[in-house]
Amino acid sequence: MDLLQILSNTVSSILGPATIAYALAAVGLAVHFGYTGLLNFGIAAYMAIGAYGYAISVLTFGLPWWGGVLVGIVGSVIFSLILGIPTLRLRGDYLAIVTIAAAEVIRLLFLTNAFDAITGSADGLSGYHDSFRAANPLPDGTYGFGPFTYNATGWWVRIIGVLILAIAVLIVWTVMRSPWGRVIKGIREDEDAVRALGKNVFAYKLQALVLGGIFGALGGIVYALPSSVNPGVYVTSLTFFVYTALLLGGAATVFGPVLGAVLFWVVQTFLSNLLPALVVSGVLPFMSTSQSQTLRFILVGVALMLLVIFKPQGLLGNKKELTFVKQ
Amino acid sequence: MTTVRIRHARKTRRIGIVALAATVATLALTMLSGPASADEINLDQYDFKVSGNVKLNSEPLEDVALTVAGSGYTVDIVTDVEGRWAVGVPERGDYTVTLDESTLPTDIAVIDEADDSPNVKEVTIGQSGSSVMNFFIGRGERNQTSFVDQFVERIVNGLNFGLMLGLAAIGLSLVYGTTGISNFAHGEMVTFGAIITLVFSGVLGLPIWAGIPIAILLSAAFGYVMDVGLWRPLRKRGVGVVQLMIVSIGLSLALRYIFQYFIGGGTEQLPGSDSPQVDLFGAVSLSVVDMVSMGISVVVIIAVAWWLLNTRIGKATRAVSDNPSLAAASGIDVDQVVRIVWIVAAGLAGLSGILWAYFRPGIRWDMGAQILLLIFAAVTLGGLGTAFGALIGSIVIGLLVEVSSLWIPADLKYVGALVVLIVILLFRPQGILGRRERVG
Repeated sequence: MDLLQILSNTVSSILGPATIAYALAAVGLAVHFGYTGLLNFGIAAYMAIGAYGYAISVLTFGLPWWGGVLVGIVGSVIFSLILGIPTLRLRGDYLAIVTIAAAEVIRLLFLTNAFDAITGSADGLSGYHDSFRAANPLPDGTYGFGPFTYNATGWWVRIIGVLILAIAVLIVWTVMRSPWGRVIKGIREDEDAVRALGKNVFAYKLQALVLGGIFGALGGIVYALPSSVNPGVYVTSLTFFVYTALLLGGAATVFGPVLGAVLFWVVQTFLSNLLPALVVSGVLPFMSTSQSQTLRFILVGVALMLLVIFKPQGLLGNKKELTFVKQ
Repeated sequence: MTTVRIRHARKTRRIGIVALAATVATLALTMLSGPASADEINLDQYDFKVSGNVKLNSEPLEDVALTVAGSGYTVDIVTDVEGRWAVGVPERGDYTVTLDESTLPTDIAVIDEADDSPNVKEVTIGQSGSSVMNFFIGRGERNQTSFVDQFVERIVNGLNFGLMLGLAAIGLSLVYGTTGISNFAHGEMVTFGAIITLVFSGVLGLPIWAGIPIAILLSAAFGYVMDVGLWRPLRKRGVGVVQLMIVSIGLSLALRYIFQYFIGGGTEQLPGSDSPQVDLFGAVSLSVVDMVSMGISVVVIIAVAWWLLNTRIGKATRAVSDNPSLAAASGIDVDQVVRIVWIVAAGLAGLSGILWAYFRPGIRWDMGAQILLLIFAAVTLGGLGTAFGALIGSIVIGLLVEVSSLWIPADLKYVGALVVLIVILLFRPQGILGRRERVG
C-alpha cells in the first residue's frame, strides 16, 4: 500500500475537473434551493443539457468551443423556462417530483437509440476536444508541483473551470447582497409576506431558476471538458450527490457549495484509493475491491441522512437562517 | 480483404479490461454506467467503432454470427453471452452489418416489417466516431401479429404492470397521507422484497411458495424497523417534511448501494421466471407466472381495500390521512396508526418487488429505483395521500407505459408516463381523487 500516492491523489482531487463541476452545480443548487427555497431535483438534467449542448454543437454543428458553451447555457435557460413557467406555482414537494421526472425524461431522451446519430445513445459522445485544446495558450509540457502536476491540457481545463467557478461565486455573492437577493431570500422565508409587499414572486422564482440553471449547465460542461459525455453519469444519483455536497458546505451560503464539493471529492477520492488498497493488503478480508468501491456510495447516503438530521445548515451555514422551508 | 476471427484472444483482452476498469473506477461516477463486456474485435487498432447487441424478446442471444463490411474491410464477429458485439473499423463512412440467420436458434427471425431483408442493415459512422446497430429478434410467426392483437396483448401486459405498481403505490400513498413524507426510499423497499426472495429461494433453496411469504413478512418487519429506528425519532424531533424527504433520499442511496454491495451489479433470476407461455385468446399469451402474479395483485388489493374500509385500524388510517390533529383529538393513537401503515406499506412494496422481478424479468440492485418515479407518477396521478387514487393512477400508468410502446421506441416508454405526471401536476395537481386543499 502506497500511502504517499494515496495522499497525493487525494490532494490532487481538490483541483479535479469533477470537483469544479460539482462545485458549479452546487452553486446553482444553492441559488435554487438554499436561497430561493426551490426544491429542484433536476440539477442532473441541467448538467446533461450543458454537456450535451456543448458536445453536440461542436460535433454536429462544428461550432468552436465557446460557441458550444453558449449553446449549453442557452439550452439550460430554455429548459428553465419550460420547467419553471408551469411548475413554480406548485408546492415544494410537488416541485421536487416534477423536476426529478423532467430530469429523467431528459436523460432518457439523450440515452435512446432513436437519436443515436446526434447523441451517441448509450455510448455517449467523445472526440470534441480539438477546438478547446487549440485555444490553449499554454505550450505543451508538464507543469506544477507535488500532487498538482498536470500537462498543458489538464491545466487548461482546470484554469477555465476555476475561472468559471470564480465568476459564478462572485455573481452569487453580489446578487445575494443586492435588493434582488433579499427578495429571493424573503421568498424562501415567507412567500406570502413578499407577495404582500407587491413583489411578483413567480417572476423572481423564475429568474432564480434560470440563474442557478446556468451554473448547473456550466458544471456539466466542465465535467465534459476533459474526457467525454457519458449518459450513465446524469442519473438521479448525480442530483443527490450534488445535494450532499451542497448540504455539507451549507445550502444558503456563497462558499459553502464550493467547500462542500471539495470535501465531497476529497473524501471520495481518499476512500476510493484507500479502501481497495486495504482490501488488497488484507486489512479488510471480508470484502472484494469492487465491494469496497460500493461502500463509498453507501457512506454518501448515510452522510446525507446524518447531515440533514443533525446539521441541516451545513458547515458554513447560520443556524438561525431557515434553510428548509416549512411547508 | 482481411477476415479476422478472434475468439481465443478474448480472454487476454478481458484481463486488460479488468485492469483498465480498476483504474477507471477511481473516476467515481463513470462506474455507475457499468463496464460493457462485449465481444470486441480491433477496437484497439482503429479509432472508429460499430457495436450493438442481439436480443430475442429482450433476452440476449449468444454466438450469433455477424459480418461488418465496408471501406474495403470485412470482419466476422460472434456475440458474447450478453448478446453484445463491437468492431473497430478503420474510417468514417458507410458499413453493412449482416446477421447470419443460420446461426440463430431455430424458428426465429429478424423482424422489421418495413424491410425486405431485415438481417442486413446499413450503418453510417459520423461525427461521434461510433455507431450502434441493434437487432431485435422475435419468433418467426410474430410477423403476422395484427395491430389489434398487439394492442390487446399490450393492454393485458399493462394491466399486469399497473396492478404490480399499484401494490407499491398504495403503500407510498398511505405513508404520504399519514406522515407527509414523500418517501424516496420506497423503491428500495420494493427491491428488498425481491432480494429476500432471492436469498431464501435462490440461495438457500427453499421452494418459491415458501420463499415469497417469508420475503413479504421480512419486508413488513423491515418497514417496522424503519419506523421505529428512524422515522418515529424524527417525528418526535419535529423535523420538517422537506428534511424528511432528503433523509429518505439518503436512506434510498444507502440501501441501494448496500444491495449492490451484497448482490453485485448483475441480474439474478428467481426460480420459475422461465415458465411456459400459455395461449389465451387471439394472439395473447401469458406465462403462468404472469397470470398468478395478476391474481395475487388483485386479491391483495381487494384485501387492502376491505381493510381500509371496514376494520377499525383501516378507518383510523383514513382518518389520520385526512387530518392528523383531528384524528389525534378524537382519541386515535396516531403513532400506532403510522407504525401499522409503515408495516403494511413495506409488506406491499416487498410483494410488488417480487412480482416486478418476474415481470422485468430479473433482480437488480437498482430495480426498485427504476420504477420509483412511475410509482410517484401513479400516486400523484391518483391524488397524493389517497389509497384508491393510487390504484387507479397505477393502472393508468401501467397501461400507458405498455400501450405507448406500440408507437414510441421501447427505450422511451417510461418517458410517456413521466410526461403525463408533469402534465397532470400542471392541470390537476390534486390528482384524480385528491382534494384541492392539499395543493398549495
